[in-house]
This record gives sequence, C-alpha cells and structure tokens, in this order.
Amino acid sequence: MTDNLLILPVIIQLVIAVVSLFFWSRTSYQRISSIIGNVIFLAVSFILFFHVKENGIMVSQGGDWQAPFGITFVLDLFSASMLVITGLSGLAVSIFTAGSMSRRRALFVFFPIYHFLLLGISGSFIAGDLFNLYVWFELIIIASFGLITLGGGRRQLEGALKYVTLNLVASTLFLTSIAFVYGLTGSLNLADLAVKIPEVENQDLVSIAALLFFVGLGIKTAVFPMYFWLPASYHTPMSAISAIFGGLLTKVGVYALIRVFSLFFLPDSFAGTVISAIAALTLIMGAMGAFIQKDVRKVFSWLIVCHIGFMIAGLGIFSTVALAGAVFYLFHDIIIKTNIFMVSGLLYRINGAHTFKFIGGLYEHYPKLSFLIAIPLFSLIGIPPLSGFWPKILLIEGGIQGFDYFIVGAILLGSFVTLVTIGKLWITAVWSEQKSVNYVKHFIHFTQLSKIQRFAYVFPIALLSVVSLFFGFGAFWMLDIANRIAEELMNPDLYIQSILQTQ
Amino acid sequence: MTTLILKTAATYLMPLILLFSVFMLLRGHYLPGGGFIGGLIASIALVVYGYANRIDRIKQFIRFHPGILIPLGVSFSAMAAILPLFFNQPLMTGLWLSGSYPIIGNIGTALLFDIGVYFVVVGATLTVIFSIAEENMKN
Repeated sequence: MTDNLLILPVIIQLVIAVVSLFFWSRTSYQRISSIIGNVIFLAVSFILFFHVKENGIMVSQGGDWQAPFGITFVLDLFSASMLVITGLSGLAVSIFTAGSMSRRRALFVFFPIYHFLLLGISGSFIAGDLFNLYVWFELIIIASFGLITLGGGRRQLEGALKYVTLNLVASTLFLTSIAFVYGLTGSLNLADLAVKIPEVENQDLVSIAALLFFVGLGIKTAVFPMYFWLPASYHTPMSAISAIFGGLLTKVGVYALIRVFSLFFLPDSFAGTVISAIAALTLIMGAMGAFIQKDVRKVFSWLIVCHIGFMIAGLGIFSTVALAGAVFYLFHDIIIKTNIFMVSGLLYRINGAHTFKFIGGLYEHYPKLSFLIAIPLFSLIGIPPLSGFWPKILLIEGGIQGFDYFIVGAILLGSFVTLVTIGKLWITAVWSEQKSVNYVKHFIHFTQLSKIQRFAYVFPIALLSVVSLFFGFGAFWMLDIANRIAEELMNPDLYIQSILQTQ
Repeated sequence: MTTLILKTAATYLMPLILLFSVFMLLRGHYLPGGGFIGGLIASIALVVYGYANRIDRIKQFIRFHPGILIPLGVSFSAMAAILPLFFNQPLMTGLWLSGSYPIIGNIGTALLFDIGVYFVVVGATLTVIFSIAEENMKN
C-alpha cells in the first residue's frame, strides 16, 4: 500500500456527500448511500489502522510539494485510531438517522451536510499542517451550522446563534495564533514547527501564541470558562445531530489540543499547572451543571463539558501514563457520548419528552431495552470493568505520580457526580412507573414505528454498546494501543523525521 | 422590467457574455481568470437575459434545475484532486497532458478543477436567484 492512500477516508466522505447531493430530493437513496458509504469508510479506516500499527507512520505530501512548503497529510497511530472511532460513531449515527429522520427534515439536505461534517472531521485527523487543520475546522463548523439550524424551530435558532457566535470568535483566535506562529517561525508544518519553535529567541511570544491557541480551541472544546455555549445549544437539534455533535465535535478540539501541545507548544511547569487547573474547574463546573438539570439531553450536554475535563487533565499532567489515559478516554468518550444522545432519542420516542417529568417506566414495558441502555450509561460512569473505568485509572495514576493531588480530587469528584446524576436518571427513566406519554404534534410513538424503523433505533445503540464493551473487556489491548500512542506523543522524533525526511 | 432596448440587447449580449466567461475560464491558472470568475460572468449572462425577458424564459432556456450543477461541479473538482492517486501520486498533484493545444493551451487537472468550480458557481448563483425570484412572484 502506498502512503498516498492515507487520504482515502476523506475522499470516501467527499464521494458520499456528492452522491447524496445528486439525489437531492430522493431521500431514500441518500439514506442508503450514507449507510453504505460509512461502512466502506469504517472498513478502510480499519485497514489503514492495522497498516499503521504494523508499518508505522504514513506520510503524503499534497500536490507533491515537499514539506515544509506543501500541505502534509500524516497518519500516525493516534490519527488512525481516531479515524476508526469516527467511522464507528459515524456509521451508528447514519443508521440512526436513516431510520429515524422524517422525509420532511431529510429534505433539508441533511445527509450531504452530515457527510461534509465527517469529511472535515476525518480531514482534521490527517492534517499535518497548522493552517490545513484550521481549514478542516472551518469545514466542520460550517457544516455544523447547517446541521444545528436544520428544520429551524425558534428554540433551535436561539441555540444555534450562541453556537455560531462563540465558534466564530474561537476561529478568529485560532487564526490569530496561527498568524503568530507563522510570523515567528515562517512555517506552518507541524513537524517543521516542532523543530523551529524551540529555536525561537522570543519564547514569551511563543507562550502568547500557545495561549491564544489554547483559548481558541478551548472555546470549541468547551473547557472552563468558555463552556456555557455547549449546554445552551446541544439540546436543541434532533437527537441524531446532538449525537454526532456531542460525540465528535468537541473531541476534534481535544485531539488538536493534544497533538499541538505535545508536539511544539510543550507545556512548561506553569502552563501545565494552568491547564490542570482549567481541567479541574471544567470537571467541577460540568458536574455541578449536570447535577441540577432535569432534562435528559441537558444532563448529557453538561456531562460532555464535565468529561472534557478528564482529557484536558491528562494534557495538564503531561506524562506518558496520563496522556495514555487521556487518549483512551478520548476513544471511550466519542463512542459513549454518541451513544447516550441516541439513547436520549430513543427515550424521547418512548416517552414523548426529554424532561424528567414525563419519562419513566422503561423497565416495566421494555425490559430488554433497559438492559441495553444500561451498558452505555454504566460505561459512562465507569463502573469496572466497563470502558470508562480504565482511562480514569490511568489518569489518577498519572496524577498521583505527578503529585497533582488537586486534579486527582477533581477527577474523583467528577466521576462521583456523574455516578449520582446517571443514577438519578436511571431511577427516573427506567425504574419509576410509566407516566402518560406526552403526545405533541407529529409525535409518533415507538410502538407505531415500522419494524425497520425500530431496528434503526435500537441497532446503532447496540453497535456502540458492543464497542464500549470491547473497550472495557478488551482493555488490555486498548491499553497497549493507548500506551503506544502516548509514547509516540511524548517522543515525537519519529513523527518529525517521517515528515521531514522526504525532503 | 421588460423594456424593448434591454430585451433586444440581452438577446445579443447573452451569447457574447457566455463566450467571454468560457474565455475567462480557460485563461485561468497562469493569468487572471479561472473557474470562479468565469462562473460569475456566466451567471450574469443568464441573469441579464432572465431579467430582460422573464425569469421563466431562462428556465426554459437551460431546461434543467441549476441546482444539479453543484454536485456535478464538485465531482469534477474532486476528480481533479483524486486522479493523481491512480497514477501513484499524492493527492492534488497537477497532471498535465503533453503538448499544447490552440486556444485552450495546456490541458491538466487544474483545468478540470476550474471547470468544476465554474459549474458550482453557476449552479449556486442561479439557484439563489431563482428562489428569490420565485418568492417575489408569489408575493
């Protein structure tokens, strides 16, 4: 396999998007092409992943312009595994939407925009160039603007407005930081920057650029103190869209933060403390926010904020163990957050509402379904041996090794509040008695759906639950991968060499 | 806004402007011009014709919904990026046919990309203008 083929996942998404654009008003073809396309995407990502795992980093220079002048595409183990995880989440959401979305909504070109979103996400994982990374981010946010306003209710537009405004501000800061970096070093290639940034005389300016970068991406990632846009907007669009947003969008920011801060904006002891403190505050604020909510999707939105803290904490502690924890948590979190938002969609289909006031009686009427949603919910808490448990162990171990007891406390507190919140949700939704179904206009109850539609509701949840179970029970294998990624991140020499040697 | 002068002029102007847009398209890459500006000029040609007569005339003239030009254009442009992969080259490498042709000049993937952009711009502009015009007619 030649290295140039690492671009294939991006191309597959592009092709699906274009194909579904051709079927403008034939939504059933769009649904089918979306599912088939994402199956192919997943298969190709797996092949690339195993290839990278065996043979090391793949590098392709876009347009055959050599690094550091051209656009470099890189696929190392970290990005390859992110592609696989994206493929899994993307496929689940594809099936979920293909079954659940009404034709009326699908006519607002949902599927093309969705695949452009996945195009941007997979692109940002293979970007080996800071500006290229920015371009993929722009593609992501433009597509997400389209998705979040899709259908356009009043409440939805209100959420979208906050989302758009904050993201535009974040992009501006991000771009400013890139301009700083370019002004200081004359290069934007990630590997080249890793060589040139330590040689810059004025390290204070580098710190400023790093800070701007952290703030810009921090807003997109929803870390303290700029997290408030997320719970204000993520509960407004339909569940399938929330699922892909909650699962992937903020995590792309985390990916970029980990990549950049381990490669050239190396956190010194002060920056490390700042990042740790921000992570701890994110954990605490997110947990407190989730604790008081009385709406399923708002609880989940706040938990996204809370759990971002875990990954940022790994970055703040900055040791191999902690980074392995952060990376493992990232994998787990993408799968689980996508899954719980689909669960919220399923609960809505059964109860007709998202608020605690109306939901209940799941165990009474659908015992099998309650066992199914137990998997993602309990993995989210991190009950051993489910998937949330292992990365937290690594993070806590890293924190204790680094004598960072404050962050360890915050991690424990975050996990504990998650436990209480999810416990409350579990009691309300599953164990309490069935309340009357809240029939709103155009509401179709789960029992009124056709067999295929019901399958499309349940199968993706089951699929991602199996993945979660694998993370939990195959933790040995996953830890191996996470450790290798963390070692590559801590010692980026190989990454730098593989990009620059082709000169 | 259907005056005789504009109507008569538009009949002659439209093919001329369309021709000019193709000229701009082919001139691109090394000289000012290219797909984007060519596409804008082409849509201006069609829009002028449409406003001079009636907007449905333009629909009769092009016969299909302009929205279809958008995915068509994107696929052309994507082809330009993907083609080098089949020749074992990195994405977006410029491939050129040997030899130069009269008027067109060198043919390469850059031209394919520009043609794609041209279609996308025409498609998007006309779609927007058609929807606005239809809104106006409804009111």
